Amino acid sequence: MDSIILQVLNGLDKGAAYALIALGLTLIFGTLGVVNFAHGALFMIGAFCAVFLQRVLSYSRISIDESQKDFLGNPLKVETPFVEIWFGPDVGGSIVDWSVPLAILFAIPVMIAVGFAMERGLIKHFYKRPHADQILVTFGLAIVLQEIIKYFYGANPIPTPSPEAFIGSYDFGVMLGFDANRIIYPYWRMIYFAFAMVLIFGVFAFLQFTTFGMVVRAGMADRETVGLLGIDIDRRFTIMFGVAAAVAGLAGVMYTPIVPPNYHMGMDFLVLSFVVVVVGGMGSLPGAVLAGFLLGILESFASTTWATTTLPGINQIIIYLVAIIVLLTRPRGLMGRRGVMEE
Amino acid sequence: MLGLKHKDATLFLIVAALAVFAPFFMNPFPTDSGLAQFNAGYPDLMQKFVIFGVFAIGFNILFGLTGYLSFGHAAFLGVGSYSCVWMFKLLGYNVIPGILLSVAVSAVFALLIGIISLRRSGIYFSILTLAFAQMSFALAYSVLSNPAFNLTNGETGLQVYSSDPQIFHREGLPDLPHLFGLSMRATSTLDVGPWSFQFNAGYYLCAIIMLASFYLAIRIFRSPFGMMLRAVKSNQQRMNYTGLNSKPYTLAAFVISGMYAGLAGGLLSAVDPLAGAERMQWTASGEVVLMTILGGAGTLIGPILGAGLIKYFENIFSKINDAVLHQWFALLPDGLENAVVAVIHPFVGKGWHLTLGLLFMIVVIFLPGGLVEGGQRLGRALMAARARLRGGGREAKSGAADGQPGTPAE
Amino acid sequence: MGILEVKGVGKRFGGLKALDNVNLSVRENTVHAIIGPNGAGKSTLLNCLVGKLIPDTGSVTFQGESVLGRKPHEINQMGISRVFQTPEIFGDLTVMENVMIPCYAKRDGSFRLHAVEDVWSESDIVEKAEALLRDVGMLEKRDSHAASLSRGDKRRLEMAMCLVQEPKLLLLDEPTAGMARADTNNTIELLKTINAKRDITMAIIEHDMHVVFSLAERITVLAQGTPLVEDTPEKIKGHPKVQEAYLGQAHA
Repeated sequence: MDSIILQVLNGLDKGAAYALIALGLTLIFGTLGVVNFAHGALFMIGAFCAVFLQRVLSYSRISIDESQKDFLGNPLKVETPFVEIWFGPDVGGSIVDWSVPLAILFAIPVMIAVGFAMERGLIKHFYKRPHADQILVTFGLAIVLQEIIKYFYGANPIPTPSPEAFIGSYDFGVMLGFDANRIIYPYWRMIYFAFAMVLIFGVFAFLQFTTFGMVVRAGMADRETVGLLGIDIDRRFTIMFGVAAAVAGLAGVMYTPIVPPNYHMGMDFLVLSFVVVVVGGMGSLPGAVLAGFLLGILESFASTTWATTTLPGINQIIIYLVAIIVLLTRPRGLMGRRGVMEE
Repeated sequence: MLGLKHKDATLFLIVAALAVFAPFFMNPFPTDSGLAQFNAGYPDLMQKFVIFGVFAIGFNILFGLTGYLSFGHAAFLGVGSYSCVWMFKLLGYNVIPGILLSVAVSAVFALLIGIISLRRSGIYFSILTLAFAQMSFALAYSVLSNPAFNLTNGETGLQVYSSDPQIFHREGLPDLPHLFGLSMRATSTLDVGPWSFQFNAGYYLCAIIMLASFYLAIRIFRSPFGMMLRAVKSNQQRMNYTGLNSKPYTLAAFVISGMYAGLAGGLLSAVDPLAGAERMQWTASGEVVLMTILGGAGTLIGPILGAGLIKYFENIFSKINDAVLHQWFALLPDGLENAVVAVIHPFVGKGWHLTLGLLFMIVVIFLPGGLVEGGQRLGRALMAARARLRGGGREAKSGAADGQPGTPAE
Repeated sequence: MGILEVKGVGKRFGGLKALDNVNLSVRENTVHAIIGPNGAGKSTLLNCLVGKLIPDTGSVTFQGESVLGRKPHEINQMGISRVFQTPEIFGDLTVMENVMIPCYAKRDGSFRLHAVEDVWSESDIVEKAEALLRDVGMLEKRDSHAASLSRGDKRRLEMAMCLVQEPKLLLLDEPTAGMARADTNNTIELLKTINAKRDITMAIIEHDMHVVFSLAERITVLAQGTPLVEDTPEKIKGHPKVQEAYLGQAHA
């Protein structure tokens, strides 16, 4: 029992990341009809927003402290972040410490701008082109984006810690009446899950309860008719692209303390997120979220020692296996709508 | 000639000449000149040109003709590589059984994956093939390297050990892949003044196989089967209502292109007897897509051009570093020199992928027909300009250089 | 006993009864028109005949063999060809190739892997395709891209593609839809010549009464998913039920 709970918990944060990326993918696909292979790159750019902010905030003045010597007897160099100089060591220190959460504020405008630029500058011209062309051009864009990041940040993963307050784990087992140390779950992963849920509900509420969202949903169902009503659907779709980019970006920002970001993390997640979208059903938002969590949890179960000893390697292939089975038995995915992307 | 129409025969002869004389014109710069680093005429790179040429020619039979975009062809490349190394381990270093087995195994593999993947089309097909390839990669990397059933040797890669049976290995045969005693590494060098040209046995074997594959591809393109594949791409509905079953046609195309990929994988092992799982990774699948699109999907010569260009970029472009750049622009005033180097720097050396990505986007956006279409447009523009210079009168004939049905003259 | 027998065919889409107990008999070597107001179920009926839809009830037999449950390409191989409302041709291929493909399908069946022969080396196919293009007056356009043809030419090409297969039954879905009068008359002439020259049964779905009365020997009137009457054109013209169906539609 306790190990089941543990695996479910372990699957949640990865599932949340899948769900957030898949949500954006399917939003773009549903509204714009575009297959965006560069969506993983948006996740990666979001993660590097956090890295960038952390670098900026820890930008330091280097002074030489004559009173201290290092082991060679040279005077010690002391790095003091400028924020600490400006705001004092307490406030400044916590600004540096909290750089990842702060990066959310930074990433939102950046990601929306990136999304707008991408849609207006490139994607717009591909609405009428075949899906294969869309895949190919966004694939090229993904390569370009990740190479740009690699140029500035190198190829190695960059550790980006969470605020000190969230380092450590919580013992769920004790809370549920199991022995200590049976179900321990890092704080930050909890935060990530909660954050993802807020984001997901935010997107759904936005689509459900605002006029804007209503028009977008109508556009997803029948683009031509909505266009005929004289509503400027294109502008709204641009905004939708910005929103999807922001969702992917925020998923990336918050993911940095879980796995140190590197330039190809976007591609790694993209392949899986596409599988998630397909399993959930192309163009279905709840399907994407459901499939994201489902596959995240399934992957976590497949990684248990029991699973890997019975079926070696199952953890590596489970998601693809599920995708193949789903595609062949339920071609529209778990919650796909009729008529979306059918032969 | 050889059952080919005049235009195709010419094209084939040009490619054959290029392949035969590659060691000369790939090394246009004297060995000790500053430009020698642009020489591509060394065995390792020339082998890659022709091997990836085979890979791309095969991919083009599927994608170029039927429009089915597979993102998992690297799986067949990897399977071919493993099969070939297994033949080395079991039978000995002669490359013939290895190459034959790699084609056979990849055919079976492609048949299995094709039957399932081709039940869907469009983006679903792309994702299914991607999923299969990623699965194969994951399996090759981990499971199939367990001690009891070690097919792939995991991270290290599959290679030949002295403890392997190699039942046909005899004293006097090279201890490396060979063709009836002729080592694939055998290279003779011809020095002409400051130039140096290398002729490598492995390269010529691969080149001959590439030419045979190319010849077969031309025949397929010009056959009723090829026409049916283009019909699949054009209008499946009409095809079905014409009494044709599109499934076996696409499946046959998928298996044939899988066999080409397996052949390429086998050749990779034949020139370097080491097979690793990374050959199956989806980035490798993406690479062959890039090659085909860049050169021109659906054209005969395009995939070969694309494969050559990308491999050249990968090997030569990536070697250009700042020191080289400074050397080139040394004539400029210092400030300007530094500025120029700083601008070019991100695109070369380690940044060659960036150039590649940009080039790829530009091609998809502006030249969906790839470099071949670019060449045709350029040719047409030149013809038109020449016709105008002559005072007009004669219409510039629009001819497709590649045997594609030319776009109708306006 | 007709060449095509439709008995008691019904088809529902959710709550909508698109076809209800349709009986139809098309006699060999006649031109049979199926007319009816919009939404009468004409296209649904046609789709049931070619395997695109499977009816919920009833039977469809062609020359005594059931077509139900067969795939479109199998039904075509039985000898039924279809012309679509908007021409379905191979746009990326040349006109000549468009006609050669059905020739191969007729000769070799639904699949044959002839991957190394040259397309142009099969003289019987080339000659047959050329002869047919000459018949429909498109031989001079043999090397044009099909996508670049005018709409009228596309229709003509599609018809050529069907005819080259020598079908026993040719289904035409509004062959003159969206055509100018002159083009319509050309199409009527073309169909008349085809009918006179070959042993072909034709079933035409058509809105344009001019076309219907110039061609049809038998007419079935469909309304709200059921056949009202089936008779000769002369009798249909003055039939009260038919007028009611059309006028009723107009007033609704």
